[in-house]
Amino acid sequence: MNKLPLEGIRVVDFTFAWAGPYATMLLGFMGAEVIKIESKRRLDHSRSISLTTAQVFSDPDSSPVFNDMNLSKKDVNLDLKQPKAVELAKRLIELSDVVIENMRPGVMDRLGVGYEAVREVKPDIIYLSSSARGSNGPERNYIGYAPSFGALSGLSNITGYSDGPPTVMMGEIDLISATSSAFAILTALNYRQRTGEGQHIDLSSSETSSVLIGEVFMDYFMNKKVHFRDGNRDEVVAPHNCYSCKGKNRWVSIVIETEEEWSSFCEVIGNPEWTKEEKFSDAYSRWNNQDELDNLIGEWTTDYEPFEVMEILQNAGIAAVPYYTSKDLFCDPHLEERGFSTKVEHPSIGQKVVIAPPWKYSSLPSEIRHGPLFGEHNNYVFSELLGLSEDEIEKLKEEKIIY
Amino acid sequence: MVEHAFHGLKVLEYCNLVSGPYCGKLLADMGAEVIKIEVPGLGDKARRKGPFLGNIPHTEKSGLFLYLNTNKMSITLNPKTQTGKKIFESLVKETDILIENNPPQMMKDLGLDYESLKEINSSMIMTSITPFGQTGPHKDYKAHNINMYFGSGLAYQPQTQNKGKKPEGPVKAGRFLGDYACGLTAAVATLGALFARGKTGLGQHVDISEQEALIALQRVTAVIYPNQGISEFSLSNLSRAMGGLMQCKDGYVITTNAEEHQWEAFVKLLGEPEWIKDPKLKNTFSRAMNYHKIEPLVSEWMMNHTKEELYHRGQELSCPIAMVNSTDEIVNSEQMKARDFFVEIDHSEAGRLKYPQAPYRFSKTPWMINRPAPKLGEYNEEVYCKRLGYSEEDLVRFAEVGII
Repeated sequence: MNKLPLEGIRVVDFTFAWAGPYATMLLGFMGAEVIKIESKRRLDHSRSISLTTAQVFSDPDSSPVFNDMNLSKKDVNLDLKQPKAVELAKRLIELSDVVIENMRPGVMDRLGVGYEAVREVKPDIIYLSSSARGSNGPERNYIGYAPSFGALSGLSNITGYSDGPPTVMMGEIDLISATSSAFAILTALNYRQRTGEGQHIDLSSSETSSVLIGEVFMDYFMNKKVHFRDGNRDEVVAPHNCYSCKGKNRWVSIVIETEEEWSSFCEVIGNPEWTKEEKFSDAYSRWNNQDELDNLIGEWTTDYEPFEVMEILQNAGIAAVPYYTSKDLFCDPHLEERGFSTKVEHPSIGQKVVIAPPWKYSSLPSEIRHGPLFGEHNNYVFSELLGLSEDEIEKLKEEKIIY
Repeated sequence: MVEHAFHGLKVLEYCNLVSGPYCGKLLADMGAEVIKIEVPGLGDKARRKGPFLGNIPHTEKSGLFLYLNTNKMSITLNPKTQTGKKIFESLVKETDILIENNPPQMMKDLGLDYESLKEINSSMIMTSITPFGQTGPHKDYKAHNINMYFGSGLAYQPQTQNKGKKPEGPVKAGRFLGDYACGLTAAVATLGALFARGKTGLGQHVDISEQEALIALQRVTAVIYPNQGISEFSLSNLSRAMGGLMQCKDGYVITTNAEEHQWEAFVKLLGEPEWIKDPKLKNTFSRAMNYHKIEPLVSEWMMNHTKEELYHRGQELSCPIAMVNSTDEIVNSEQMKARDFFVEIDHSEAGRLKYPQAPYRFSKTPWMINRPAPKLGEYNEEVYCKRLGYSEEDLVRFAEVGII
């Protein structure tokens, strides 16, 4: 029988917000059992507030944002300020394969669940620490969210129009950091599968974005060039931009790279006079005169819906893709056929549409469950996994250790 | 001796530009042996994209190519020829992973689609990266990095429109961010399949759509239509009241005061001015309501301070503030130096240059450079003669008839 890739792998998840939780959710999509540790004293803040959608949730089980970042996970309550809670967390780690945390560097050590302490009870543990700037260097204690990572990494400064301000990068930057964490953990899991050995991984969230603009740094070291914002333009190819379409705030992106594409573009828009002008006669001239060219193309696109432009141009072999709003994503027959989203039944907030894993395995699709309620799996973890009696669990609750 | 995470893992890469090569680089830099198959004569398209050393276009001096192809071995091969296809198949027989980012129809026409290749090596993992995936009505549509940034809805709406100018459209992220992020996603999926294979011995096809990889990165705002009935996401004042972009004396800073104690730290940074004690500004909601009043007062103060000063002083107070860095500021930052983020690599054509390393530090199997990016066809002899058993004379004939 087919099994999901990470079935049998258990992950103890001390992370909060987005950059940590999405990493373990990806592992969960692959079949890992992810157990999230939270307490009333330190709730994952996506249960109470969303920076992105600007919502505040009074009940910890009512946040769709938490649901989006914690699908298929289990959730237990432990107040790690209490030594007994730390002992329980360590007993759980003994039965696990991976630990991940995104507190300030040093906090996990002080709580008694740092890598060195954990390694004593579980020598082959894979332990990933994710922080804003990494665990060493003068800025190791600095904190930040996605917009900070975008700013520090160099990405904000090169995103936006040249006559406008830099762009505030949002949640996608956290999720890029999370995807990098998932890559690092999977690398370590594959190594452990071969050798039996675990290890520690120190990840810097701001560096996870810097590596995705590597050639910008290469240009600095090669030519001392400092890159700046340049809208949607390319350094060589034009047209390479977005164009206004029929309707309010509707846009389509178009790239014309080859002479063949240029001539089929001219043909499909009816060979207007301007297309024959010398200033648009080859790629070099088109790039030099792209302001004017962009205006002329915009005059054509403005009479069409963005999806009409896509169809007309794609049928002529030209790269054209609209700017998709959330509504567009959910009215798209291609995405629907691909199964890019799915529905989960949440006991507290009802049925929610969520985005499916960003890959398709030919072997087996993932099974996706709702994000866990606060403390939903206390009994499973403390009784089934750790073998505590009902009385013991009750007592730990009274002592606010399971809290 | 230092260990490689992927010691002994064999990867074949048949890719151009960014998404597939970045996926291959992630594995190569952790010790996998990556053989990169390039078009004879021309090579990977990234070789013809800038930035170039000294701004002079040269096949071996593209910063984009040099960065994306560290630790790989390049061979040239034209699988459109019968012999070329046979060679491709014999490489597939020996490989653990094949990464490709070609149009689905092209792989089918070449007879190199998964259905054909699994007959040759059923334990191989084949990862296909395309703009729209392997199935569905748009699968053969053409798209570049910018198109998919728009096609996923990730492109950024300008927060301010310049008066008197016609409205500007959404803007993509700098450089090839979407393609890179897609390559990273593909690497994650590939490693999941590799772990599964370690248990079952079975390979499989991993289908990566760049559109879906980028939609996944904004999974919260992507679903607001079906879940909240809002067709398009836009930032509210509440979100802005928690912070945002602020111009200062010599550039910009960004804060995200998500929690009350962070706002208090921010107030301390501002020197606790009188106006801030207004009870109307006592919580996030009231600050959002009065955003238009706060904003000019904060801006005025900011203009007297430098971003370095605001960043370090703010962080000392535990305020999540960051400065908007330019490339040179990152290169020269004490933090990046302490992290050894830039490492020197020697390349026989491009010389000694610094490159960014990885965002993670593994205690046992570190990220490592064993060889710089390969020259076009640099490993032809190694692969064709030493491994596949062809003679030097064969190699000459292959080259003459355009197979390699």
